[in-house]
Amino acid sequence: MSTVRRRSAVAALAAVALAAGLTACGSSGGSSSNAAPTSSASAGASSSAAKVTGNLTVFAAASLKETFTDLGKKFEAANPGVKVTFNFGGSSALAQSILSGAPADVFAAASPATMKTVTDAKAAGGEPKVFVKNTLEIAVPKGNPKHIAGLKDLTGVKVALCAKEVPCGAAALKALQAGGVNITPVTLEQDVKGALTKVELGEVDASLVYKTDVKADAAKIDGVEFPEAAKAVNDYPIAALAKAPNAAAAAAFVAYIQSAEATRALTAAGFQTP
Amino acid sequence: MTPVPAETRRRARRGGGQVPYALLLPALLGLAFLVLPLVGLLVRAPWSALPEQLASPEVWQALKLSLICATAATGVSLVLGVPLAWLLARTELPGRRLVRALVTLPLVLPPVVGGVALLLVLGRNGIVGRWLDSAFGLTLPFTTPGVVIAEAFVAMPFLVISVEGALRAADPRYEEAAATLGASRLTAFRRVTLPLIAPGIGAGAVLAWARALGEFGATITFAGNFPGRTQTMPLAVYLAMESEPEAAIALSLVLLAVSIAVLAGLRERWMSTP
Repeated sequence: MSTVRRRSAVAALAAVALAAGLTACGSSGGSSSNAAPTSSASAGASSSAAKVTGNLTVFAAASLKETFTDLGKKFEAANPGVKVTFNFGGSSALAQSILSGAPADVFAAASPATMKTVTDAKAAGGEPKVFVKNTLEIAVPKGNPKHIAGLKDLTGVKVALCAKEVPCGAAALKALQAGGVNITPVTLEQDVKGALTKVELGEVDASLVYKTDVKADAAKIDGVEFPEAAKAVNDYPIAALAKAPNAAAAAAFVAYIQSAEATRALTAAGFQTP
Repeated sequence: MTPVPAETRRRARRGGGQVPYALLLPALLGLAFLVLPLVGLLVRAPWSALPEQLASPEVWQALKLSLICATAATGVSLVLGVPLAWLLARTELPGRRLVRALVTLPLVLPPVVGGVALLLVLGRNGIVGRWLDSAFGLTLPFTTPGVVIAEAFVAMPFLVISVEGALRAADPRYEEAAATLGASRLTAFRRVTLPLIAPGIGAGAVLAWARALGEFGATITFAGNFPGRTQTMPLAVYLAMESEPEAAIALSLVLLAVSIAVLAGLRERWMSTP
């Protein structure tokens, strides 16, 4: 009897200790990794927003991968002492991990709807700003072996789409409805890069992806423009997050993405200005 | 994986005596670490909305597909894996160590890597897949058989290792005795060896089935994600997590219940002493 009681007490203690240990890990992991590197020069720093340091974590839609990677490097060069880390993925998955408490500073989504899930949960630090727009294209393997000229041609071939939960999937559905075309895709990918890769490997004949993805992958992919794409233009909002471990750097990065320099890089990649 | 005789188990329990705290505390921590996440799943489950969540046809579609594919993958593993295990255990193959290492590689290989490898071999442009496509018009990616292949690829090593262990533990003299009595090698294998190692095969099959049921990475990479065709339960859980976490928890509960039920049911049959 008594041994049983003692054992359960130990178990309870262990569980408490474990929970405490885990939360300690969680909180210290969040703060220590974002601790600003101490430098003697920062002692006389003014409180201007231009002086940002430390780690900056940016969650961004998969379609922003190429441009944001470059812009991140430029941002680091302009702000010595800042280290930008990116997490690219499907916008809805990123939104969910932000809601689950992932230590992110900035969120750049591929649709207002996914950003809305974050703002609705009061997780955004300010009003999200739309910084670019993106349209869909039909991605086909180099040389367009199936001679696809428009949405109508997608009915008899293997097509990869994004899942409807992700912005590129929602936009694809909108475009297909606008064209009155009904297709059965072979796979519904988790993010736009997945849909693109399937075309690249030649596993599918076509995929509906963003114009920017086709452009970034021009060596292996050809893009086919179609008129219905105008009915499904995606706005890309960006926001600093309410619980940003590095709020100063987050605000600076959001401002930088809306700067003339960043806009030039984004339009060069195929994005349109809002 | 060989069953422990009951009296040995009893003796071990009696000889337990005092457990040193230095071992007890980490042991309890380990137990809490393994059990708490499952408890969390039960605590956070939307019990009131559960019937409604589970009533959706998508859930049953995914569950049915999961059960069918995991069972088929286990069947494939049995048909190919038991002879392979016999080859490893009972013959003097040159380079047998290398063969065993190769067979167990999918055990330690990240499943996504397995999926990529499968795609490059069996995909439409793959080494074998290209030939299958041109000769028979057969494409495996994005099909239900593709799911079975992906699952069998990651699950079969479990079965092979388990059966090989059973074969090594089984006394080969029984087979020799059967041979002296005029049985052919195949007859001896069928009538003597197989019944001897049945528990090992059963244990291996259960492991393989459970692994196949939970398989995610290789499936989504090789077979893609399409409801009713290739969207198994883990894929459905992952996708639901992006839009409705409640639904993801409900799906996880179903998967948890199925896993527990099957393991419990089969343990009774296979893993107890006859």
